[in-house]
Amino acid sequence: MNRLVGRGFQPITSLTKPDGTRWSVKEKLLLGLTPQDYMAVQMRNPFNWLLWLIYAIGLPVLVGRFIYGLGWATHGSYDYPWGLFLAWGLFTMVPLSASGFMMGTTVELFGRKDFKPIERLGLLNGLLGYLFAVMFLQVDLGQPWRLIYPMFVSLGPAAVLFLVAWHVATYLSCQVAELVPAYSEWMGLPKAKKAIKSIVLGLTVAGIILSTLHQGALGALFTYAPGKVHPLWYSSTFQWFLFLNSAIFAGLSMLIVVSTLSKWFLRWRCDDNFKQNLDQLTVGIAKGAALALITYLVLKIIAIAHDNKWEYLFTGWGQWYVFEIAVGVIVPLILYTRAVRNESASLARLSAFIAVFGIALNRLNTALITFNWKLYQEVPHWREVVIVITVYATYIVVYRAILARLPILYTWKERS
Amino acid sequence: MKKIDRRIFLKGGLAGGAALAATGTAATAKGAGTFNGYPNSMGVLVDLTKCVGCRTCEAACNKEQGLPAPDKPFNDTSVFDEVREGGQKRRTTEKAYTVVNRYDVEGREGGPVYRKFQCNHCQEPACLTSCFVNAYKKTPEGAVIYNPKVCVGCRTCMVACPFYVPAYAYSSATNPVVKKCIMCYDTRLKFGRPPACVEACPQEVMTFGKRTDLIKLGHERIKANPGKYVDHLYGETEVGGTSWMYLSDVPFEKVGFDTTLGNQPIISYVKDFLGMVPVVLTVWPALFTGFHLLANRKEAKKKEEENKG
Repeated sequence: MNRLVGRGFQPITSLTKPDGTRWSVKEKLLLGLTPQDYMAVQMRNPFNWLLWLIYAIGLPVLVGRFIYGLGWATHGSYDYPWGLFLAWGLFTMVPLSASGFMMGTTVELFGRKDFKPIERLGLLNGLLGYLFAVMFLQVDLGQPWRLIYPMFVSLGPAAVLFLVAWHVATYLSCQVAELVPAYSEWMGLPKAKKAIKSIVLGLTVAGIILSTLHQGALGALFTYAPGKVHPLWYSSTFQWFLFLNSAIFAGLSMLIVVSTLSKWFLRWRCDDNFKQNLDQLTVGIAKGAALALITYLVLKIIAIAHDNKWEYLFTGWGQWYVFEIAVGVIVPLILYTRAVRNESASLARLSAFIAVFGIALNRLNTALITFNWKLYQEVPHWREVVIVITVYATYIVVYRAILARLPILYTWKERS
Repeated sequence: MKKIDRRIFLKGGLAGGAALAATGTAATAKGAGTFNGYPNSMGVLVDLTKCVGCRTCEAACNKEQGLPAPDKPFNDTSVFDEVREGGQKRRTTEKAYTVVNRYDVEGREGGPVYRKFQCNHCQEPACLTSCFVNAYKKTPEGAVIYNPKVCVGCRTCMVACPFYVPAYAYSSATNPVVKKCIMCYDTRLKFGRPPACVEACPQEVMTFGKRTDLIKLGHERIKANPGKYVDHLYGETEVGGTSWMYLSDVPFEKVGFDTTLGNQPIISYVKDFLGMVPVVLTVWPALFTGFHLLANRKEAKKKEEENKG
């Protein structure tokens, strides 16, 4: 597409064609190209070949999981009831999707309208991250068709997971509502946008409450396993806050990562408003991430001091812990700080990639690597890995498809 | 808006208070407060020194619970040499709700120790308090039972159980459920009869009775045989107390017991978070709406002036 635009092709940015007639939905779905051109564009993209390869292997395995059961797709471990599906799909995807409530808060609640060009990307990143976290959950649940049981059939309101279920469900609807304006512009339904505009503050505050609690709740889930999670990754008092706190820089860093990828690979879809503001906004986001990181670092140390766990630092697990903190927290903290000082967006981008790696490492450590540290190390079954890659590939496909169409990276011409 | 009549309000308050007073004493095993178990709940006292590793209890459990045939027959003692990942001994599975393991303890007269292992039926069970569909129930008789009809299969109970007891029917694609010992609740305990494994034991390793009586009995036995037993009744206080309790003549950690669990029920580690939830729910809306008003004060003022001018 970048090449087409280079040759003078104009992507859709309004309801009407240059000659005054309206775009049909089909034309909009095909990005304003003829079906032949659209197919040609898709075939030219080497990333799509990779996707085909992933699906060729992954889809049969994914189908197999539902035919032959979890015991076929995973090791079916009784000691490690949660494997990669949740460690990656839920515990890592959800903090990386905290950008939705962060951007909503910045723009709508604190009135920082200068972040507007990247707000919708933050919201979309949030929505899709949560949506696919639910997809991963559906792959992992023994009886996914009973997903709504905790809502309507049999309620266990004193359980942490009950809170997660309700909050993720309500927050998902909240995020859908927050993105209705983008959809309404694209479809030409100004009324829907107006309706959302009138309740946007309520939605934003609801987003903050729900995010505070369910990001924290994901951490609190591990407080059920005091003897199983390694003490360095465990804190009965602070676990929930550490998860919430790290979700803040995780979400912000992921937003920088996604905006960078969009800038590189979807350049044709970004308008000047987005492109010209992005560097400055990236530095602004870096500032927030740096603040969250320093808070997190201090709290991590306090958590160890609070339970007097210093001695564990001098074990093998302790070295692994120091590695996680050094690479996942201290390095991005220094890089972000320098990026803010020097107003260097590229340094902030580098830092964001490292911070995303760091948060993934932290969540995998808590849920899988240091879990059952007294027993043995579980290495996921290859089918489990294939399924994770397949679902994640779908996440990327959906993400890219929406970015290419809805006014996320560009501003719609008709502003109602 | 509907006005609340003062009298109705007071009535409601009284009714609520009365309801609270009526149910307050029977606080359930979750949420705030601690639950020290039902007064007449039953339990089992296991004396490890008496067990000879015949696996009759395993066979009895298999039959009573209608479990599938085992890979090796119940009189095959080679299972004691089986080693799982990380040098682990056998554990409960979807096909076996109880297992006996052999432990070679150095310097012990009379050979190895055999340890029977199954759900300990906690007073305040971690599986129950972590379940988001309320599938678990601690019955007044002492059993921790499970309702497979509402289970979603999240397996948080397996993560939460400090004893690694619940297993999952991973082999089923259409109806996988949690599989664990229910103390023969449906077929025996409900009618006041001991679990199948207890009754089948030829060595009388296990004593079935009221939990409070068993605690007394356990301590009496320790006292009556000076130097024989370790002066501890495993399960009396561990994770808030369990219905199954153990006596041993060797340190418990040497025969597969986790002695680092502490005396708090698992839910007490989660309460820091649970207490925060209502605070966030009530304080955040006002707090953040307040932030919004503060942050946008200049803009609001400007608008006001524009309207005037």
